[in-house]
Amino acid sequence: MRLEPRPEPTIGRLVAAPAAAVAATAVVAGLLVAAAGASPFTVFWQILKGAAGSQFALFETLTRATPLIFTGLAVAVAFRAKLWNIGAEAQLYAGAVITVVLGTGAMPLPSYAVIPVSMGAAAACGAAVLYGPAFLKTRFGVDEVVTTLLLNFIALLAVSMLLDGVLKDPMGLGWPQSEHLAREARLPRLAEGKRLHVGFLMAIAFAGIVWAMMSRTVLGYEMRAAGHNSGAARFLGIPVESTLLKTALISGGLAALAGYSEVAGTKGNLTLDLSPGFGYTGIVVAMLAMLNPLGVVPAAIFVAGIFVGADAMSRTAGVPSFIADVVVATALLTMVVAIMTTRYRIRRG
Amino acid sequence: MQEAVEILFTASFWAAAVRIASPLIFATLGELICERAGVLNLGIEGIMTAGAFAGWFAVYLGGSLWLGVAVAALTGVAFGLLHGFLTVPLALSQHVTGIGITLLAASLTYYTYRILLPEVDAPPKIQAFEPLPIPVLSDIPLLGPALFNQTPLTYLAFVMVGVVAWILYRTPAGLAVRAVGENPAAVESQGISVTAVRMTAVAAGSGLMAVGGAFLTMSAFNSFFFEMINGRGWVCIALVVFGSWRPGKALLGAILFAAFDAYQVRLQPVIGDVVPYQVFLMMPFALSILALVAMSRRAGYPKALMVPYVKGER
Repeated sequence: MRLEPRPEPTIGRLVAAPAAAVAATAVVAGLLVAAAGASPFTVFWQILKGAAGSQFALFETLTRATPLIFTGLAVAVAFRAKLWNIGAEAQLYAGAVITVVLGTGAMPLPSYAVIPVSMGAAAACGAAVLYGPAFLKTRFGVDEVVTTLLLNFIALLAVSMLLDGVLKDPMGLGWPQSEHLAREARLPRLAEGKRLHVGFLMAIAFAGIVWAMMSRTVLGYEMRAAGHNSGAARFLGIPVESTLLKTALISGGLAALAGYSEVAGTKGNLTLDLSPGFGYTGIVVAMLAMLNPLGVVPAAIFVAGIFVGADAMSRTAGVPSFIADVVVATALLTMVVAIMTTRYRIRRG
Repeated sequence: MQEAVEILFTASFWAAAVRIASPLIFATLGELICERAGVLNLGIEGIMTAGAFAGWFAVYLGGSLWLGVAVAALTGVAFGLLHGFLTVPLALSQHVTGIGITLLAASLTYYTYRILLPEVDAPPKIQAFEPLPIPVLSDIPLLGPALFNQTPLTYLAFVMVGVVAWILYRTPAGLAVRAVGENPAAVESQGISVTAVRMTAVAAGSGLMAVGGAFLTMSAFNSFFFEMINGRGWVCIALVVFGSWRPGKALLGAILFAAFDAYQVRLQPVIGDVVPYQVFLMMPFALSILALVAMSRRAGYPKALMVPYVKGER
């Protein structure tokens, strides 16, 4: 078997590839559902209904998609520059912690002041968390995959320590949780009585901003060049190392905004289960979007829909909700194969 | 302070260090084989999860303990073949594929666990490996209980270090593995298939990782539960770098690391009033990062690590 490069991928292929990946994923998921003794079509229908079958379901899906858009953007930006940020989880929690610190009384200011300051502070904290591994990579050649992964564990333990200590809610009945944010620090809801909040619109706006930055600015060009061929980029006079450091700041900041929007928007306080793996799922979202910032939005909604739908389905159909994780992981793998086939033809021999 | 030092002279401390090191030894050797062949395997965390479950479940169903080890290894080989297929002939990004394998192996394991054991709240225990004291040697003070009163799986871990070193440095197969990790084009010119060598290495390495995971369910906790690998796989990737891609040094790294882990557990009751327990739990991960930074300058990376080999392309 060998790979033969194709000419420039056509639009048809770029559309067919993700479709084929989703179809292949559906086949795998169908077999697994059948193995659990349920009918795949019933289960798929219930997942769809659970994800988008009512206004409530749809709003839940969009709420769940919000942090995934942020982590998906964080990963897309980093992976474009071949900075392997697997630590969006740690950056998310860094953003969440500072949001709680600023939002629970440290800044007795009106909303229009608290919200932007918290967002900026959260982004700065997340940026700082990823700057460490990026610095170690550019300065000492330390693989950032392992350092960012290990930082995820350190960050979660640090949060656990804070929730046992200075950030502990005195009224929390001993649970490791922080106080709730002041009303001024909360992001307004988009509809009365629903969980969907302004963070969702912010996430979409950031997708547009990141897209413009990647495709319309010098920095974006340098990031893509550094990722595409660092040797050639260096030859052209692009400062690859400092580009990677800037990428880290942007990527870490975006991931931290996921933590910000979860605390200030969805949850209102910080607990140890704030993120059920949003950082890792962001990798899947970014790959499904083929690292295109605008594609991150539909990809995040799709992935969020699978999780929300599977939760609803498992309550009625009795198929474990872990099916969602399997589907998402399978989609990641089928997607990378699909992207490859847009660039290469697989030949025998 | 005296108490903190005395810990180092207890037999139970050293015995715990060797026990904690055992799964790390298996998995580090596995990752080392993959990377020596030029393939980074970030599937390690998920493959260990799958191995932990598969081995435990085989025994739970009534299989013998060694059958469980074999089932775990085969599970690892299966995921290794998948990772190998995607990264070697298809030349996909080893980073992304590896993360995908970890997510897939772990979620498939949890899904299967829920289907096979839907009713249980507390995961059932199995009759796991018992310590097998080696006559005479296990009576040596301090060293005896640490090295010669362990379970058969621990002995196997130490034996595997020798076996892997022997294969890598003393056999033609090992030479081929090291060569495809350094200069695949040269190997291909000798009429040896780079694809075949890399696929075999990744499959075998993944099998070892899975046995490392199975150690936890079959020789330590005697039961399977969620998130039980808890970052051990990522630590092993750091240990491979720390050991400069050499089995002997990797063994040393694993024992050092495990000794530190065993030490912090015993230190907790001594100074736990002043220092939150989370700080102790962070130490292994922080230590791994420090080890990476310290070794990165001197690290002798396999030259073709993470470089896919596409025939006819330079």
